[in-house]
Amino acid sequence: MTNPQTSTPDTTKAHSTAPATWKDASEIDAAIARMADDLTAMIRERGIAPALMIGIHSGGVWVAERLHALLGLAEPLGTLDISFYRDDFTRIGMHPQVRPSRLPVAVEDRHLILVDDVLQTGRTIRAALNVLFDYGRPKSVILATLAERDGRQLPIEPNVVGLRARLGPEEQIKLAGPEPMTLVRALVPKRRRRPEGEAPSGAAEPAP
Amino acid sequence: MSATNPQLDGQGNLRHFLTTEGLSRALLIEILDQAEGFLGVAQQAVKKVPLCRGKVVANLFFETSTRTRTTFELAAKRLSADVLNLNIATSATSKGETLLDTLRNLEAMHVDMFVVRHASSGAAHFIAAHANPHVSVINAGDGRHSHPTQGMLDMFTIRRHKGDFANLCVAIVGDILHSRVARSQISALNALGAGEVRVIAPRTLIPAQAESLGVRVYHDLREGVRDADVVIMLRLQRERMSGALLPSAHEYYQLFGLTEERLSTAKPDAIVMHPGPINRGVEMDSQVADGPRSVILEQVSNGIAVRMAVIAMCIGTQNLGSQVAGETDV
Repeated sequence: MTNPQTSTPDTTKAHSTAPATWKDASEIDAAIARMADDLTAMIRERGIAPALMIGIHSGGVWVAERLHALLGLAEPLGTLDISFYRDDFTRIGMHPQVRPSRLPVAVEDRHLILVDDVLQTGRTIRAALNVLFDYGRPKSVILATLAERDGRQLPIEPNVVGLRARLGPEEQIKLAGPEPMTLVRALVPKRRRRPEGEAPSGAAEPAP
Repeated sequence: MSATNPQLDGQGNLRHFLTTEGLSRALLIEILDQAEGFLGVAQQAVKKVPLCRGKVVANLFFETSTRTRTTFELAAKRLSADVLNLNIATSATSKGETLLDTLRNLEAMHVDMFVVRHASSGAAHFIAAHANPHVSVINAGDGRHSHPTQGMLDMFTIRRHKGDFANLCVAIVGDILHSRVARSQISALNALGAGEVRVIAPRTLIPAQAESLGVRVYHDLREGVRDADVVIMLRLQRERMSGALLPSAHEYYQLFGLTEERLSTAKPDAIVMHPGPINRGVEMDSQVADGPRSVILEQVSNGIAVRMAVIAMCIGTQNLGSQVAGETDV
């Protein structure tokens, strides 16, 4: 598998909470193309074709739509909203924007490719796996994320990664999109900072 | 406004759901949008989400109900809450315990939410005013006053079929005088900006100065449903009638019973609704109730999603309150 590009964002502007572009649209296109190659190789290697692709709302769906087209998957893309499975409902209440989950093809006994935009704490993926298992028992699940950064709070690691970032605990990256897609970075706004370093709700990592 | 509305917390979030009156359009739309998300839970193999795990919801029904109580129970269970069903008629109240003592006992059992139905108007408000601040109250129907979750599930059903409310003509037919459902529907329709709301009933079943509710009054069914997009039939509330308001159920049907023929003046794609239970041959003909324009059973399914939304929003707000008070997480 190709090595995902690892970089540390320039910290000279890190004191600004205003978002600055970390990866532009062409860098993201290249990263998604690498992910598609890696996924193709992994599907062949593991013998998991035809795999069902599922994107997590909302940034994960944007990435999954591109990957779904590049891989030429015949079955429709599934989408997941994890709002009802978040672990912070008792802290922050209802997520204001819930989009219905749509799994047009049954997940029972299928090999799944779960796609998200930014992996940080791992809580979103924990919630997404719980949603999937309430729809049925998949045969296997692999995880593809456009970007991966430090800050894991659960034993969850991606199988396919487009970009890697090492950021300070005060910093976040999130996906803006869907057209064009750019990864922006900014300081976590102090007043809205979540407990235990959780990424704020937004395009990148909907609160789990 | 939020300071004076007992249903809202300081930030304008829903804490109790007692009536549709006095709630903003934005909040009503938020309830409908959240319900849209919960509708999908019924499609899961496991028809349950873990949102309210560990919470206890007590159904306090001082008046009989089948549909409302069971759909509230299902809604709470689909949110993974634990549910207590108290049949008050056969419990402590009949042994002389006061309402407040019953409440205190349930609070001592760490109940997080009361779903209340009562024959007296204002009962749910009274309970909300006296309950422990960590408890939420949902009105499941109080006397002639309000039945807000029924009103909202009807709005949800209308929106799913008709989209925007602005150009809609909605006709509500039947016992407006005794109907808490009609009152909740009318205030929700007006808050959501419905184009025209009509009420159609005999003179004896329309409250005085009904126009002040923001409706047009009709006493002729054919005239009233003309060009309507939505026709809502109400049940005759015989248990609330005192005195001779109607000559007979048969005569009522002759004049106000909905038949396919009478429905013919409504828009061709009009939907027909009824909150249930239906009195076939009194409020409507079976041909209409079971016909292609009837969405009556859909209303029941939608009721679960809407009740899930309201329960989750109120319980979510409870925690928000303690969070603000604690200020522990940064």
